Amino acid sequence: MTTSAVVMMIVAMLVVWGGLALAIRNLTRTTREEPDEVHRDL
Amino acid sequence: MATHAQASDPSAGQHSRGHFTSRRVFILAAIGSAVGLGNIWRFPYVAYENGGGAFLIPYLVALLVAGLPFLLLDYGIGHRYRGSAPLSFRRLGGATAETLGWWQVGICAVIAIYYAVIIAWAVRYTFFSIDESWGSAPDEFLFGDFLQVAEPGIGLDFVGGVFWPLLLVWLAVIAVMVAGVQRGIGALAAVFIPLLVVAFLALVIRSLFLPGALDGLDALFAPNWGALTNAGVWAAAFGQIFFSLSIGFGIMITYASYVGRKTDMTGSGLVVGLANSSFELLAGIGVFAALGFMAQASGVAIDEVATEGLGLAFIAFPAIISEAPAGALIGVLFFGSLVVAGLTSLISVIEVVISAVRDKLDLSRTTASLVVGVPAATASLLLFATTTGVPLLDTADHFINRFGILLVAVVSMLAVTWVYRDLDHLRDHLNRTGSVPLGSWWLALVGVVTPAALVYVLIEELRGVLAEPYEGYPAWLINGVGWGSAALVLVLAIVLARLPWRRTVDLTAPTEEVSR
Repeated sequence: MTTSAVVMMIVAMLVVWGGLALAIRNLTRTTREEPDEVHRDL
Repeated sequence: MATHAQASDPSAGQHSRGHFTSRRVFILAAIGSAVGLGNIWRFPYVAYENGGGAFLIPYLVALLVAGLPFLLLDYGIGHRYRGSAPLSFRRLGGATAETLGWWQVGICAVIAIYYAVIIAWAVRYTFFSIDESWGSAPDEFLFGDFLQVAEPGIGLDFVGGVFWPLLLVWLAVIAVMVAGVQRGIGALAAVFIPLLVVAFLALVIRSLFLPGALDGLDALFAPNWGALTNAGVWAAAFGQIFFSLSIGFGIMITYASYVGRKTDMTGSGLVVGLANSSFELLAGIGVFAALGFMAQASGVAIDEVATEGLGLAFIAFPAIISEAPAGALIGVLFFGSLVVAGLTSLISVIEVVISAVRDKLDLSRTTASLVVGVPAATASLLLFATTTGVPLLDTADHFINRFGILLVAVVSMLAVTWVYRDLDHLRDHLNRTGSVPLGSWWLALVGVVTPAALVYVLIEELRGVLAEPYEGYPAWLINGVGWGSAALVLVLAIVLARLPWRRTVDLTAPTEEVSR
């Protein structure tokens, strides 16, 4: 692989997968609110 | 079963519509919907064709300025108005707005009946992989032995090898739909999405160890910066993000209506959008590593083997499986992943229709699933399990994606923003429980930037189909099936929106709850 291809691959992984990790971290850090209704699924 | 709506709080009657029992299940179901066949067989080639590594820039821009904001708009509508697409739009803007919802429902119905067929093919190919049934000529095997493709037409010469697996797919889908939102859709996603990730990771790791894999990755990631000055590359990025995220045609509205009122929708949306792109990136690596191997094994350049769609899945991959050591393993992982990714998407598409019929007629889950599922399965089998099914599928897919999904998405965005002027209100709703605050920038993106970008993509597509007949198909096929299906769903939507709702269904918007 050429250097520029390796760099772009790493940048893509960092931005997209890193972005996902941050988004999950943000979600789990905020208050965990679940629906409090009775769940009837008819 | 029945909806006992109260005038002051119509959502009280919504318990019986079904619910995801947790945010995690909702997110997995939404990822299951977004991650579909397009992630695996479309993204890698689109990226490769449009600048390689440089494509990352327009792709991320499209994700941030169009994909995620639009996803949140859908979430806002479904979560605020707590109904299927027609009911949500009815509550948002009255009888005329309801037409938008039915338009989305019609599009989903068309997509469901052909999308199931591709899953049936993938089911067969999962087994074909074991003994490499295609022999030395995968293309002849696909169109000849397996699909027995005849000249374009509409006939009833059934192909048993497609008919039976397709019937099986529909029985499975109907069983999931009858089981309900949580026990069907949610449970399926909770099992299948982790399974999909594990299977695809195994496929990627296997592919990376094939000789020539790094050449494939080089072809995918080598940046062609000159591509960034080409408007077509930017249009491709917006198109890929738009089609990949399952936005704009009712799915995310429907799923969001099943989520608890206090759920953080903006934070969830970020996770879903980035998870979709994360899987796409993984698919790109796996597919191009395998294509790199194929090119080296055949002694040709990557551009001679790089392809997308049906050709990638059912012709290129079989060739790779035949050449590679432990090819059967690659085959089972690849086609198994297609089945799983396709099934979770198909279920979300058909749920849009079931949910709408159920709301309008106030039916039980089981009745609505059968009322929608049985006719859809019948149409699917009659039209696509035949020797004439492939051109029909290809044409319907091409036109309904562009002049169905893309068009309804643009029209609904513009209508919500400029006709019903509900965007401020939706933003406030999302901000009440959301962890990612939406500012005026969101209003500008959803109201102006995204529709403008999508209109550009739409015009480019229109120019393409007007320039020459799609795939050189005969005029009756393009006009009747292509334009015909796109027009029919709109006409049906206008009619359905005029039909009365059951009196038990409350058409007023639910009151906002104070949260946090």
